[in-house]
Amino acid sequence: MRDNTGMVNLARRTLLARSAALAAVTSFGSARVAFAAAPATARERRLLVLVELKGGNDGFNTLVPYADAAYAALRPRIAIARDAVVQLSDAVGLHPSLAPLLPAWREGTLAVLQGVGYPAPNLSHFRSIEIWDTASRSDEFLSDGWLARAFAAAPRPATFAADGVVVGSNELGPLAGTKLRAIALADTESFQRRARLAKPAAATGNRALAHIRRVEADVREAAARLSVQREFAAAFPSGGFGNAVRTACEVIANPSGVGVVRLTLDGFDTHANQAGTQARLLAELAQGLVALEAALKELGRWDDTLVLTYAEFGRRPKENQTGGTDHGTASVHFALGGTVRGGLYGAMPDLSRLDDDGNVAHTLDFRSVYATVLQRWWDIGARDVLGGRFEEIALVRA
Amino acid sequence: MNRNTILAVLALGATLAVAAGARAAPQDVLGPDDARHLLARTGFGPTAAEVSALAPLTRAAAVEQLLAGTHKTARLPPPTSMLALDPLRFPGPNATLEERRAFNQRNNREGLELRAWWIQEMLTTPSPLTERMTLFWHNHFVSSQQKVRFARLMHGQNVVLREHALGSFAALLHAAAKDPAMLVYLDVAQNRRGEPNENFAREAMELFTLGEGRYAQQDVKEAARAFTGWSVDRETGRFVFRRGMHDAGEKSVLGRSGRFDGDAVLDVLLAQEATADHIVSKLWKEFVSPDPDAAQVRRIAAEFRRSDYAIKVALRELLTADAFYAGENRGVLVKSPVELVVGALRQLDLAPSDGLPFAIVASGMGQNLFSPPNVKGWPGGESWINANTLLARKQYLERLSRADAGMGPAMRRTAEMDDGSGAQAIAAVFDDDRERRTRTGRTIERGMRDAAFDANAWVAAQSASEGDRARAVRSLLLPLPPQSPGPDEAPPAILVRTTLLDPAFQLK
Repeated sequence: MRDNTGMVNLARRTLLARSAALAAVTSFGSARVAFAAAPATARERRLLVLVELKGGNDGFNTLVPYADAAYAALRPRIAIARDAVVQLSDAVGLHPSLAPLLPAWREGTLAVLQGVGYPAPNLSHFRSIEIWDTASRSDEFLSDGWLARAFAAAPRPATFAADGVVVGSNELGPLAGTKLRAIALADTESFQRRARLAKPAAATGNRALAHIRRVEADVREAAARLSVQREFAAAFPSGGFGNAVRTACEVIANPSGVGVVRLTLDGFDTHANQAGTQARLLAELAQGLVALEAALKELGRWDDTLVLTYAEFGRRPKENQTGGTDHGTASVHFALGGTVRGGLYGAMPDLSRLDDDGNVAHTLDFRSVYATVLQRWWDIGARDVLGGRFEEIALVRA
Repeated sequence: MNRNTILAVLALGATLAVAAGARAAPQDVLGPDDARHLLARTGFGPTAAEVSALAPLTRAAAVEQLLAGTHKTARLPPPTSMLALDPLRFPGPNATLEERRAFNQRNNREGLELRAWWIQEMLTTPSPLTERMTLFWHNHFVSSQQKVRFARLMHGQNVVLREHALGSFAALLHAAAKDPAMLVYLDVAQNRRGEPNENFAREAMELFTLGEGRYAQQDVKEAARAFTGWSVDRETGRFVFRRGMHDAGEKSVLGRSGRFDGDAVLDVLLAQEATADHIVSKLWKEFVSPDPDAAQVRRIAAEFRRSDYAIKVALRELLTADAFYAGENRGVLVKSPVELVVGALRQLDLAPSDGLPFAIVASGMGQNLFSPPNVKGWPGGESWINANTLLARKQYLERLSRADAGMGPAMRRTAEMDDGSGAQAIAAVFDDDRERRTRTGRTIERGMRDAAFDANAWVAAQSASEGDRARAVRSLLLPLPPQSPGPDEAPPAILVRTTLLDPAFQLK
């Protein structure tokens, strides 16, 4: 039933969009249209903030199964000491660097998604992140990102500054797709200044040329709509990730709207000497998320924001010989937001049942998380976008 | 018909043949259009003089000349820091903060010297193809200083890649696999009997030879055992085989079995047809078009294998193929940041004394030399162009084209060019501090002043005839007709800037 209703809604909205397009003024040289009066619906205004933990964060030292004897046995050198773990239950707890997230946990707005992965996992960085970015099966190859497909099915309002804004990375990931209006920027001020170099032009010519011309048009539109500067009372941590969080908040502060903001925290590929590196990175992550929450509350946007972490994979339960961990499979991820239903989701993977590579089986398919975002957060038909039905989880209230 | 008339008709015929461009037969001379195309695809953006030199040759002769001009060593001596002989030592777990900082600073500094050196080599080399192929292999046998840390090892790898860049792919594969930077980057040194680390074995199959989907996880596991014992001697910085860590047992890889060592597994991979297909297909995408012609790739791959993987054989086939010169394949490839940055300098006859500013600029466009994003390297093509990188590219070109190298506004505008993305991309080789951004901005400004462009002189040199200059400038700089040409009679500085900022200049 829900699917049917969703389909009807979708069709109706597309119809409305089309009739609005007829009355709209075509922006110069662009196939896109500027809507004179098509305010975003409350659903469309709902924001997704993705945080990529690039390199493959070690889930077992992020959400620590401290009560499982197998955990300490597998990791004689790098296990997090039981008394250092920030306990969330009598079985699991957070890495001490994630302590800043404890208030959100207590408030019930931090969801901890355990064992997120997919069947027949691929252990290569780029293939696995490609699987996550395109929401494909392990044995299929798709070119467009899952968000590009989602927004092809349910276009974001043309009044948005951009469908997606990627902060601090040149890789568009889930926003990759030739039809999407995705902007990559390092900070908003310099983006404004530099956008003047883009020239309006029709997106014609060969594939590469058409792509270049389309990007020029996107830049001009986005720059015109990301012009509001905003100061925050919230303090952003110093360092690259803190700066990226600040930039993300400046983007979100603009009234024209944006569908998705993607942040990246890099360096999780800890094959050797993992302990110090991961402790630093998780601290950056936690402090950055706390700042993000504070700034979005200032903007009154926290209740219509969903923050989601993701990565290509987790790491192997058994530590390697160099104080690190090799490429793994399922891992833990976080969801935060004013309307997130906090708590533990899924199940901690079974450390006593490892595959031939010494890796765990996933307990929660990442496409279930995506289906939840699509269907419950945005009311976009998830089945077509994901190429199959994935069980949604009760991650958000209402 | 008298003799003069016959000559005139012949001359007209030749002109028409040249004008026909894409329809020229292989035995015809290239003409300026095809010569420009060949140079743009195999180098960093041709000058008028380079085009004139190649235009009277046939395809075969022109390609032969380019291949014959390649060399196995860089023309410029490396930074002296690359020749240091002290042992490679990471700060131990008990190292003090000062020791760690000193370690980082040294490798950061040396990393910058290394980048400056390679850019300078690209700017001044008489054989741009040598550097393009070295860069191609850098993006094939990927290692990153972000992980390797020691700039010296990254330089050593660059030397190996250049030495074999146009030699035998089989020799290159064996050499690149044992290269210390690679051993560190793909954790080969951590691969030991009983505790195999599969990173290298997997990438060797997926990226270096067979390609995705041409092997099974079991092949990776078996191959990883064969590479056990390969390591780096920290005292000498060289490859070492540690017999005690080697798994000498029987392995089965891709249907072949034996007590393989690492070299034997590489030979098994070289014996697979998929390897030649994969490499030729990748070369096609680099030089011809984004969409390899499967039949042509198979044919050239067969030649490639028959020649024991002579890279020149594959290149010769690709660069003389009709598809290479076909009209529909002109201007369909996106210039990489390094091609754009170095190419614009070379085309405008600019000779900056320091390569570093331009390495930083390219980094801001998404290509930090010696630090590709991951084992797959820079994905390239249209992915070079997004809102952020396109603006960085245009800003660089706009700045380069300005004749006024004045301090005031130029300084300010150029500082804006470093919006942090350049600094961020190159962060692996800089300390993460505020001072860095200022320093980076200053370095770029210094380079830009150094490269001061004299538009009047340059445009005047492009054509003897004043009326022909706009056409000459556009046809040298652009692979396609200009998308938004300004007026022909625009002043030289405007003409150059308009042409550089034309979307077609992003393409080759």
